[in-house]
Amino acid sequence: MDRRDVLSGAAALAGSLVLPGLARAQAATEVSFFYPVAVGGPITKLIDTYAADFEKENPAIKLKPIYAGTYQETIVKALTAHKSGTPPVTSVLLSTDMFTLIDEDAIVPFDSFIKTEDDKKWLASFFPAFMENSQTGGKTWGIPFQRSTVVLYWNKELFKEAGLDPEKPPASWAEQLEFAQKLTKKDAAGNVTQWGIQIPSSGFPYWLFQGLSTQAGAILANATGNATNYADPGVVEALQYWVDLAQKHKVHPPGIVEWGTTPKDFFEKKVAMMWTTTGNLTNVRGNAKFPFGVAMLPAGKRRGSPTGGGNFYLSKKATPAQQEAAFKFIRWITTPERAAQWGIDTGYVAISPAAYETAAMKAYAADFPPALVARDQLPHAVAELSTHENQRVTKALNDGLQAALTGTKPPQKAMEDAQAEAERILKPYR
Amino acid sequence: MNARATATVHGWLLLLPAMACLALFTHWPAVASLIESFYSTPKARRPARFVGLDNYEQLLADPIFWKAMSNNLWFALGTIPTSIALALLMAVWVNDKIVGRTWVRMAFFTPTILPMIAVANIWLFFFTPQYGLLEQVVGAFGGRSTNWLGSQDTALTAITIVAIWKEAGFFMIFYLAALQALPPSLSEAAAIEGASRWTYFRRIQFPLLMPTTLFVLINAVINAFRMVDHIFVMTRGGPDNATTLLLFYIYQVGFSFWDTAYAATLTCVLLALLALVAFVQYGFLERRTHYR
Repeated sequence: MDRRDVLSGAAALAGSLVLPGLARAQAATEVSFFYPVAVGGPITKLIDTYAADFEKENPAIKLKPIYAGTYQETIVKALTAHKSGTPPVTSVLLSTDMFTLIDEDAIVPFDSFIKTEDDKKWLASFFPAFMENSQTGGKTWGIPFQRSTVVLYWNKELFKEAGLDPEKPPASWAEQLEFAQKLTKKDAAGNVTQWGIQIPSSGFPYWLFQGLSTQAGAILANATGNATNYADPGVVEALQYWVDLAQKHKVHPPGIVEWGTTPKDFFEKKVAMMWTTTGNLTNVRGNAKFPFGVAMLPAGKRRGSPTGGGNFYLSKKATPAQQEAAFKFIRWITTPERAAQWGIDTGYVAISPAAYETAAMKAYAADFPPALVARDQLPHAVAELSTHENQRVTKALNDGLQAALTGTKPPQKAMEDAQAEAERILKPYR
Repeated sequence: MNARATATVHGWLLLLPAMACLALFTHWPAVASLIESFYSTPKARRPARFVGLDNYEQLLADPIFWKAMSNNLWFALGTIPTSIALALLMAVWVNDKIVGRTWVRMAFFTPTILPMIAVANIWLFFFTPQYGLLEQVVGAFGGRSTNWLGSQDTALTAITIVAIWKEAGFFMIFYLAALQALPPSLSEAAAIEGASRWTYFRRIQFPLLMPTTLFVLINAVINAFRMVDHIFVMTRGGPDNATTLLLFYIYQVGFSFWDTAYAATLTCVLLALLALVAFVQYGFLERRTHYR
């Protein structure tokens, strides 16, 4: 460093001390932003492009998007940062983490930022199904961003081989079982070479199971997040159906089915129908070497699927200027045009009806009708399981589901145990 | 006298950075965990309060803790002897003058330098039912299809195999170094006496390797309780806690449930366990290892 640098540095320092107002006007508001990646595809590249576009329109705001891993890793990082005092200004975290974030006093509701008529209209523009996991106690804590539902993918080629109508997915539980029986193939030694259906059960089996339990007419948790219904007869019936697919009818692989390899099993034609997130749509479209279809989940007593995916949250410990800037970004990225583009690029459900009215989305849906299935399923969708102490209460259910699926506990007993554990954990919140 | 005092001060000053780091990153967290284990978890609206031994009572009544504990003991029992025996075998083999020695050494050592998360992802596909590598090998011999990671009976074994595969090559390096430090005159003397290969190994090589074995054993025990990365990728502790190890459970309680006081309690148990093992190894085994 030569003397000139030192002098100009000193001058700048003096200037910023003497004229703080001037210095601040030049410095952009910095907004750090944590986000996870949970599906296949170039998500980080897309987010960087959005950030650059936003900064071009808003030079006073400096956006810092930080890829933070899976949903699990992202919330660990965000909450650790919160506890150490410098959390990201905004983060995309699971919609189900809402109660946890409120209990940790880590986020602020969006209500105080809603000032104009226009703001109110914006808040009312999202699909109501997504707002179930975003609002509690009369306040809005999260803004939907990368949201999804569970859908059924089927291989039309294998349907034709099995003598089924390739354009007709199963509409009911009975049909789903009947189709799966026709689609299961065995070799001479009796080993199954092709399974009829596959519902993944590693990591977060509760989410896919919630499709079944909703179809059986049961709701897993109350809206205030302090009571669960794990031992409800409908829940047990749903679990019995899932267990029977594997153990009694042998049309579903036994034991735990890995979430991550399920799309690969589908591409390899080892399974003819799979349940997975609509967020995998772009992945499946890119990798399936055969015609495939996407359908709403079959109905039991009713149709049903949980919603899923991530919301934007605002950090409580950020400065008001940063919160305001982050709010501006969130409003910007949830406009119908951008929501539509995000849905097209990833397969996630675009978060507002208006997004489906945009020219880009209409053209895309005309070319690729499966893109509309998840939206059409939304009227049947219910809130994803979310309670206080969410991870722990959900783990109780996950453990019970896995115990039943691996055959160590009968469904009734597994769900009773899970309910007892959830009762114990949730007692202080009533 | 004065010079001696200066030297002492110098000595302590040289030690200071390391001591500061040791205190900051090892001793203080251990003490803090112990203190925290006697308090309740602080929440936004409920600060921590002294609860005495409540956390320890909760621990004794926690079935998942006991499951994690027994899993970890089986995991240790599965990995430690096998990986040490394999390491010794591989080291003795590649210490000889065999064709392509460098290649074989490298092949054995490769698993050690790969990142664990990458390894776990590779093995995830090895274990995939139906078209995974393992399935194809088993299928070629007419075996039945198994869901290795998705069944209560095989998941922990599958996890153990990955750990052995990863560990053995690492321990081999220590054995290889120790073998090469043995004076060649010993093998020459054994050859002149007409001792068989097995006798030479049993009576000369193996006893002389005992200090290395102790070192490797201590590392293996620590690793058995420390190994956790591949569980995140391969099973996340499932099915129904069949592969939950102690450290994985601590992580889950600490960073998924944010029950920091209970996580601290579990950490103290893990520390006590490791201290006990180290005490036995240093205090008891070490005295018997040196070849006299």
